[in-house]
Amino acid sequence: MNRVYGVLAEFDSISSLIEAAKEARDIGFRKMDAYTPFPNEELAHILGYHKSRLPLITLIAGLIGTVTGAGLCYWVHVIAYPLNFGGKPLNSWPAFVPITFETTILFAGIGVVLGFFAICGLPQPYHPLFNDPRFGLASNDRFFLCIEADDPYYNEDKVKQLLGKKAVRVTTVDF
Amino acid sequence: MDRVEKPNVAPVLAPGHSVGSITDKIASVILQKTPRWWYFGFGIAFLLFMLLQLALFVLFVKGVGVWGINIPVGWGFAIINFVWWIGIGHAGTLISAILLLLRQDWRTSINRFAEAMTIFAVACAGLFPLIHVGRPWLAYWLFPYPNTMGLWPQFRSPLMWDVFAVSTYATISLLFWYLGLIPDLATMRDRAKSKVAKIIYGVFAMGWRGSVKHWHEHEVASLLLAGLATPLVLSVHSVVSFDFSIGIIPGWHTTIFPPYFVAGAIFAGFAMVITLAVPLRKLFGMYDLITERHLDNMGKIMLATGLIVAYGYAMEAFTAWYSGNIYEWFMVYNRATGPYRWHWYALFLCNIAAVQLLWIKKVRLNPIYLWIIAMFVNVGMWLERFIIVVTSLHRDFLPSSWGYYKGTIWDWATYIGSIGLFLFLFFLFVRFVPMIAIFEVKTLLPEAKGRSGNE
Repeated sequence: MNRVYGVLAEFDSISSLIEAAKEARDIGFRKMDAYTPFPNEELAHILGYHKSRLPLITLIAGLIGTVTGAGLCYWVHVIAYPLNFGGKPLNSWPAFVPITFETTILFAGIGVVLGFFAICGLPQPYHPLFNDPRFGLASNDRFFLCIEADDPYYNEDKVKQLLGKKAVRVTTVDF
Repeated sequence: MDRVEKPNVAPVLAPGHSVGSITDKIASVILQKTPRWWYFGFGIAFLLFMLLQLALFVLFVKGVGVWGINIPVGWGFAIINFVWWIGIGHAGTLISAILLLLRQDWRTSINRFAEAMTIFAVACAGLFPLIHVGRPWLAYWLFPYPNTMGLWPQFRSPLMWDVFAVSTYATISLLFWYLGLIPDLATMRDRAKSKVAKIIYGVFAMGWRGSVKHWHEHEVASLLLAGLATPLVLSVHSVVSFDFSIGIIPGWHTTIFPPYFVAGAIFAGFAMVITLAVPLRKLFGMYDLITERHLDNMGKIMLATGLIVAYGYAMEAFTAWYSGNIYEWFMVYNRATGPYRWHWYALFLCNIAAVQLLWIKKVRLNPIYLWIIAMFVNVGMWLERFIIVVTSLHRDFLPSSWGYYKGTIWDWATYIGSIGLFLFLFFLFVRFVPMIAIFEVKTLLPEAKGRSGNE
């Protein structure tokens, strides 16, 4: 027998999805996620996504970029390849500012995107939810809520009953 | 919060749309049979792109002598075109980053193709520094890498700053564009009928499934990238202006250059956005997504930045006079009376006079008038860079070293060819990628907020 991933409920509006998610959260379900065609802040709060680690990742990546840019300019002009122009100091740091700025932005920007992929676990070639033939509508005009089987409160029949109140369709999804 | 909207202001999204109809409308542009005009336009763009290939072939075989550059005018079309293209790119970043941070919701439906325009414009811009170096096969010397010659680039030079600014700008623009595209590529994956299309969109969608957790991170990532792109875009054209203003040539060595270049870039960029948006709106019948409100707002931004540019021209002349520097003042006199005076007058006609029509609301709301004014600005901004590059160089301090510059047929072929490359990429883009951000437009719908969404 196939292992069960969870119970997937389909809704026809975001407000009924929000109500169902609230109810499930109040009962105590935590291992659940909603799938929608567009972002919704309220839903993110209900499901417990308040904070993100991305800003910190960006800051660290940006600082690495600052050090890299400034370090590169300093090392090249003071240590590796010193050239005297008009008696100006070798460490003419104001002239290094534009490059340091650009590398800061470059590293931070790459940090945001790689961090985003890492946190979201993308790219992900396979996900069990795509086994449901109607799940593709999550990128169009349908709204889904999935309570996963590894939630401690999980009980297939009860979950189906709970979600069935608002949903237009409830199914079980296998791995 | 109740939105108080004056009844005479067109909405950002025409009424009557639902979540599903937005997907249908935007995706159908890609899923329908290729319209005949697309082949026609793509064919012309392809021919012009081939012209670029020919011009580059001649250039690589014969060298930069096929261009009109000489001494004293060592910077000709290549630099003019570089600055023109990179300026055009700036409007895309303004729309996608700065207007996102300012929460201007009208940006959503023009955001995607404006960003695409940025990337293609930067690609065209990046071409010119590479081919103008004389030995283009050694263009990689611009990048700092350990080499057996023991040499390093000069990081104190604005030309090196340019390398870093433009390559960072290209990278960040591409990342920002791709990040925004992921959810829409997933939509295309789920809607495409052919197996090949499903696989290709699927690979680029990276397994996006619209999870709320992913949406949450996606929004944070978009805001962070917008926050990074905002100072970046201002820095890019400032650095481009340093290429000039760090030099001591009269007309270049002025502190007004960075803000004046940035305003000019946004001015030129909005003109190009209008140049593209008006035909797209008509050809794909996108009147409900690109409404009169968009035309009105874009016209207003073009007017505002145009006035800043006009102020820049005035200050340039005033400073030249007020400085009491004879070389600076001669530069202004020479622009007005010298061999390039008609370029200068045409510049005023295009960039200052034509734009004043945008004070009239009827003109802003009429796509045809707006498009014609935008074309004037496209030409005017090219002339501006021509004036800056050529008039300052051709008559500098010593009359014995004065000269005259004129583009050759290969200069024009390269320039027109680069427009071909831009259009070629743009035609491919509108055919294969959702040209309006599907998920972002959906968030404009009242029902997208949910029942308790009345903040």
